[in-house]
Amino acid sequence: MRKFETVTSVGAPLPEINIDTDKIIPARFLRTIERKGLGRHLFNDMRYDSEGNENPDFVLNRPAWRSVGILVVGDNFGCGSSREHAPWALADYGVRAILGTDFADIFYNNSFKNGLLPIKLPAADRDKLMEDAERGENARITVDLENQIITRPDGEEITFEIDPFRKHCLLNGLDDIGMTMERVASIDSFEAADRIARPWLYAE
Amino acid sequence: MSEPRTLFDKIWASHLVDTQEDGTCLIYIDRHLVHEVTSPQAFAGLRATGRGVRRPDATIAVADHNIPTVPGARHGVIENEESRIQVETLERNIAEFGVPYYPIEDVRQGIVHIIGPEQGMTQPGTTVVCGDSHTSTHGAFGALAFGIGTSEVEHVLATQTLIQRPARNMQVDIEGALPPGCTAKDLILAIIGRIGTAGGTGHVIEYTGQAIRDLSMEGRMTVCNMSIEAGARAGLIAPDDITFGYLKGRPHAPKGAAWDAAVAVWKRLPSDPGAVYDKVVRIPAGEIAPYVTWGTSPQDALPITASVPNPADIEDDDRRRAVQRSIEYMGLSAGQPLQAIAIDTVFIGSCTNGRIEDIRAAAAVAEGRRVANGVRALVVPGSGLVKEQAEEEGLDRILVEAGFEWRDPGCSMCLAMNDDRLAPGERSASTSNRNFEGRQGPGGRTHLVSPAMAAAAAVTGRLADLRDLD
Repeated sequence: MRKFETVTSVGAPLPEINIDTDKIIPARFLRTIERKGLGRHLFNDMRYDSEGNENPDFVLNRPAWRSVGILVVGDNFGCGSSREHAPWALADYGVRAILGTDFADIFYNNSFKNGLLPIKLPAADRDKLMEDAERGENARITVDLENQIITRPDGEEITFEIDPFRKHCLLNGLDDIGMTMERVASIDSFEAADRIARPWLYAE
Repeated sequence: MSEPRTLFDKIWASHLVDTQEDGTCLIYIDRHLVHEVTSPQAFAGLRATGRGVRRPDATIAVADHNIPTVPGARHGVIENEESRIQVETLERNIAEFGVPYYPIEDVRQGIVHIIGPEQGMTQPGTTVVCGDSHTSTHGAFGALAFGIGTSEVEHVLATQTLIQRPARNMQVDIEGALPPGCTAKDLILAIIGRIGTAGGTGHVIEYTGQAIRDLSMEGRMTVCNMSIEAGARAGLIAPDDITFGYLKGRPHAPKGAAWDAAVAVWKRLPSDPGAVYDKVVRIPAGEIAPYVTWGTSPQDALPITASVPNPADIEDDDRRRAVQRSIEYMGLSAGQPLQAIAIDTVFIGSCTNGRIEDIRAAAAVAEGRRVANGVRALVVPGSGLVKEQAEEEGLDRILVEAGFEWRDPGCSMCLAMNDDRLAPGERSASTSNRNFEGRQGPGGRTHLVSPAMAAAAAVTGRLADLRDLD
């Protein structure tokens, strides 16, 4: 997994509440067996009209926000389906950090597996960053994971909380499965005991 | 005496493999359901790292999202190339990794959340995962069941565990009996309307109270299925004699002495008296009515007798803008009575409402009536076995005579990954779980309802109160 250190970028404002995973990537684009290439369908039905032309009003189609690494979002971003295609599409597009108040659990979890950092902030802090994002060009925001600091364009610093384990994995680009494999002895002994306690859950 | 514990606390504790200093837990997964959309990249990951599937006997695979439901079409070649490749990829992966699979031609094939319970794979006190958010369905059995992403699918295939942090406990208590005409679907829509689409975030919801205990397993599955629409990590209902009665004799259920041993374990699962929940919501069952959604979030749910809300009445800025946008997308106007909304499509099916009881409820309304002119009405059973049983009961004939289409099983128009979808601007009464923009096809408009209410919409051509049908 790609390591996350710091990212500096203009933020794209997406103030709408409850942006669901069908909006992030509609189901018809899930018919893929690859992780790559989904960035072109990110926010597809907001970004393009039914003929596939860019919708000029959508933020990512406007000159100031065409290549952002940071999104500033409304409440409950990522609700709905468990599709990891949502963080894949965001990461493939180039998004590295998402600044909001709260995120749907599965989306939040999936993001960390893909080098993507969703940050939960108090509404007042998110609102300040939303104003920064709306300024567009040159209003660059920096997210520093190591020090857990977001720096606003005017230099003001906002600190944020993050689970230490997730932080460690993201900073070092660690693979969860590799780490769990190192604990296989614990899994073996759990299974051995469980086989006696609940034998009906194991094939003969 | 030890602290009283909730059902969730007990399942969590009994699945802890180990806990790190920072509180991160490794939990054991008993049952893993796999489908074609969220698994290809996970199997590719196993292949790339030379890993295998740790417990094929705890895993079951099925293709459901992409399967055509036009009668007989499943036996031919899937026309959409990407859909076909996804199904073929699953078939190649299960062969290579030795995972049990119900082929498309098998009568046991169906929507993953219908067939897990049907085959007795889902059992009380187990942990159940699937790369699908509606895995919450299985919580109806008192199983801790939740959706995961593809990276976690790979993690479970390789290790039979997941890295997790414990959820918080939430209780939703529905005391009293549901009024006539109200079903599990109306109940869960009312709950989501009350607590909101993020009301359960970070929590596992345990549903309690007489209205919940009175539900059949089918109804309990409908309630737990939509827990994710309230943002919850999972939904849970304490196992009881109704649960045991449903499970007994199913192919993967324990047999003989093992059955008795299992039931003894399962009877210890319900939350202890005095167990503490972090959040409690109580709704009297008498307040439930037949519900419909008017907007583009499942929380936009109201009794059928209500009207489309007026954004001007909403104080919160974000919420007012969201309501305004939903009304525009849905092509409605503020204050419009919900019963004045004409529909052109009806979809009865999905992991929410594709079980036998749902087909019976639709057929009961359809019997002796006709689908209104200009309405396309699809009934898509959730599995081959549901279809078979419905046909044995003659429900298919009732529905077809009334003008409904009787389809083969699959996810179908719930999420429009196969050919069943709404055209832009079309409007459905749908028994599925999500009314998001474009969910049933780009530009499509979805009103979520119960199967009986969907059938009432089909025969009247509008959102209708089934209690008023002649």
